[in-house]
Amino acid sequence: MTRILVIAEHDGQHVQQSTARCLNCAVQIEAAGADVVVFAAADSTAAVEASKLSGVKRVLLVAQKEKAGSLAAVLAPQIVALAADYDCILAPSTTFGRDLLPRVAALLGLAQVTDIMAVIGPRSFKRPIYAGNAIVTVEVPEGQQVIGTVRSASFKPVGNGAEAPIEPVSVSAALPTHTRFIELQSGSSDRPDLQSAKIVLSGGRGLGSADNFKQLYALADRMGAAVGASRAAVDAGFVPNEMQVGQTGKIIAPDFYLAFGISGAIQHLTGIKDAGTIVAINKDAEAPIFEVADIGLVGDLFEAIKEISEQLR
Amino acid sequence: MHKIIVCLKRVVDYNVRIRVKPDGSGVITEGLKMSINPFDEIALEEALRIREQGAVDEIIAVSIGPDDCQQQLRTALAMGADRAILVQTGTELEPLGAARSLLKIVEREQPELVLLGKQAIDDDCSQTGQMLAALWGRPQATFASKVEIRDQSVRVTREVDAGLEVIEVDLPAVITTDLRLNEPRYVKLPDIMKAKKKPIETLPLESLGADTAVKLRTLRHETPAPRGKGIMVKDVAELIGALRERGLSA
Ligand SMILES: Cc1cc2nc3c(=O)[nH]c(=O)nc-3n(C[C@H](O)[C@H](O)[C@H](O)COP(=O)(O)OP(=O)(O)OC[C@H]3O[C@@H](n4cnc5c(N)ncnc54)[C@H](O)[C@@H]3O)c2cc1C
Ligand SMILES: Cc1cc2nc3c(=O)[nH]c(=O)nc-3n(C[C@H](O)[C@H](O)[C@H](O)COP(=O)(O)OP(=O)(O)OC[C@H]3O[C@@H](n4cnc5c(N)ncnc54)[C@H](O)[C@@H]3O)c2cc1C
Repeated sequence: MTRILVIAEHDGQHVQQSTARCLNCAVQIEAAGADVVVFAAADSTAAVEASKLSGVKRVLLVAQKEKAGSLAAVLAPQIVALAADYDCILAPSTTFGRDLLPRVAALLGLAQVTDIMAVIGPRSFKRPIYAGNAIVTVEVPEGQQVIGTVRSASFKPVGNGAEAPIEPVSVSAALPTHTRFIELQSGSSDRPDLQSAKIVLSGGRGLGSADNFKQLYALADRMGAAVGASRAAVDAGFVPNEMQVGQTGKIIAPDFYLAFGISGAIQHLTGIKDAGTIVAINKDAEAPIFEVADIGLVGDLFEAIKEISEQLR
Repeated sequence: MHKIIVCLKRVVDYNVRIRVKPDGSGVITEGLKMSINPFDEIALEEALRIREQGAVDEIIAVSIGPDDCQQQLRTALAMGADRAILVQTGTELEPLGAARSLLKIVEREQPELVLLGKQAIDDDCSQTGQMLAALWGRPQATFASKVEIRDQSVRVTREVDAGLEVIEVDLPAVITTDLRLNEPRYVKLPDIMKAKKKPIETLPLESLGADTAVKLRTLRHETPAPRGKGIMVKDVAELIGALRERGLSA
């Protein structure tokens, strides 16, 4: 049996969906499930939420003294202290996991498999390289712990199952003071989260301005959709960075992805390869996005936004 | 600060579309245009700006790879790095091996800051900087979009999924760069000429004494399955019809 530890990602209150996706990967490696470790305040609801996820054998709650955010330098030594009991340690391949897990791997003297997109066996996995233009199968040799980050877009989140026990654990590890959390600035919105939304409307340079993006927000609200953007739109200051989709932004897999005024650069397409249906609306019939789109419409995006709103009424 | 080390990886240029070898043993990189990993160019640019603020004396560019990396190191010198170190190897390193090798250079040079890209665009591992920080026992500030040097510390704004996270780390430290940190300068011809006189030190990888044994086995490479051919619709009514057919209920 493979003993797996999944590192939960949460915002202090709620477990992120990336954790439920990571658990799906864990269950594919070991059907009996995995332990989940939650680093949070002792009274955090995150541990309770984690305990309800299907595939969880038990939740280890490691109480954190201060609100240190999720600093890799602080968490890594604590994970190392827990590592000896496990054959496999997984974290979501979000900015949280990508920051943290290599630090853990290095302290353990181990290689990490980044962006697991498919489980071939308990020790072999597929992962994308070259912005997803090639897929490589890697194997972790027998006798070596598996350390991997899990590509969220490749795994559906597990649902809720029988409630697992929550065990408070204390770990002895020297925690550094050289890294201090100052603040998190987030453009909080009521719209669904980009990484878990079923429908995503995305705007590119073609939107032209921050003001014009409001038309897309209005349509998104009508459709219950999240809003994403290309790097060009972020760089131009139309929208904040957390909306960027692509190789260096978020990798997403909504059921429907509607791209408005996005040309379809390879770095952008990397972020949407796993979307169910890709719709491209672009005035340039030659735009490369039409090569990957399931449904393409050549035309002005502003008119399209207006007409879609009217016809969905 | 006395020194900043910038780590540069030679990669296939981001505009080139790579292909997988027919036998699945790797990707075809022969004859392709090679460049400095774009994130590393941003790392170097940031180091140059820190020097222009008068906050550091010397910038050292380091690359691990074959002799051909000299081209990228020359570009770095032309951009403004003071000197360069090439750690020569013909074999591919894993991020842990790269980090262990870089640690040897760091121990020798004793920089206050090491700047790396947040990921190399070929293997997309996004590990080396974090691993170096761990092995060095120093703080890491990954995915940086803003870097403010203070007296004994750096304040870094990080691009995270939830927005922008601000952290403060004591020096010495490791920072990995995100795309929006800056826009790298263009190299001018006189700079290229001047750079010819700047030194590139070459060290065989073995001389560092780092453990770079490969830990993962690569079984095969393949081309991702293409998406099925799509349809073109003529207007929004048809578009909505096609979406409904595929189950859109909004
Ligand atoms: C290392 C690296 C990493 C990168 N990572 C990312 C990433 O993560 N995500 C990302 O998105 N990009 C990324 N990029 C950038 C990428 O290469 C492209 O530059 C970017 O995606 C282009 O954005 P765009 O499609 O919005 O803009 P453009 O390419 O300028 O396209 C705009 C499109 O809008 C259309 N248009 C304009 N007006 C209208 C209108 N009124 N109606 C209809 N259509 C209209 C035009 O025909 C055009 O096709 C990266 C680049 C590099 C080098
Ligand atoms: C069996 C095997 C087969 C492989 N096959 C291939 C292959 O076919 N093609 C291929 O390109 N790679 C291959 N690699 C991987 C390769 O050698 C990677 O360069 C290495 O794993 C580092 O990963 P990365 O570049 O994604 O690092 P990342 O962690 O993504 O890099 C982050 C940053 O670290 C710094 N950095 C990383 N590497 C260097 C370096 N060499 N010199 C200076 N700075 C550096 C840069 O600043 C970079 O921006 C293979 C590896 C193994 C073990």
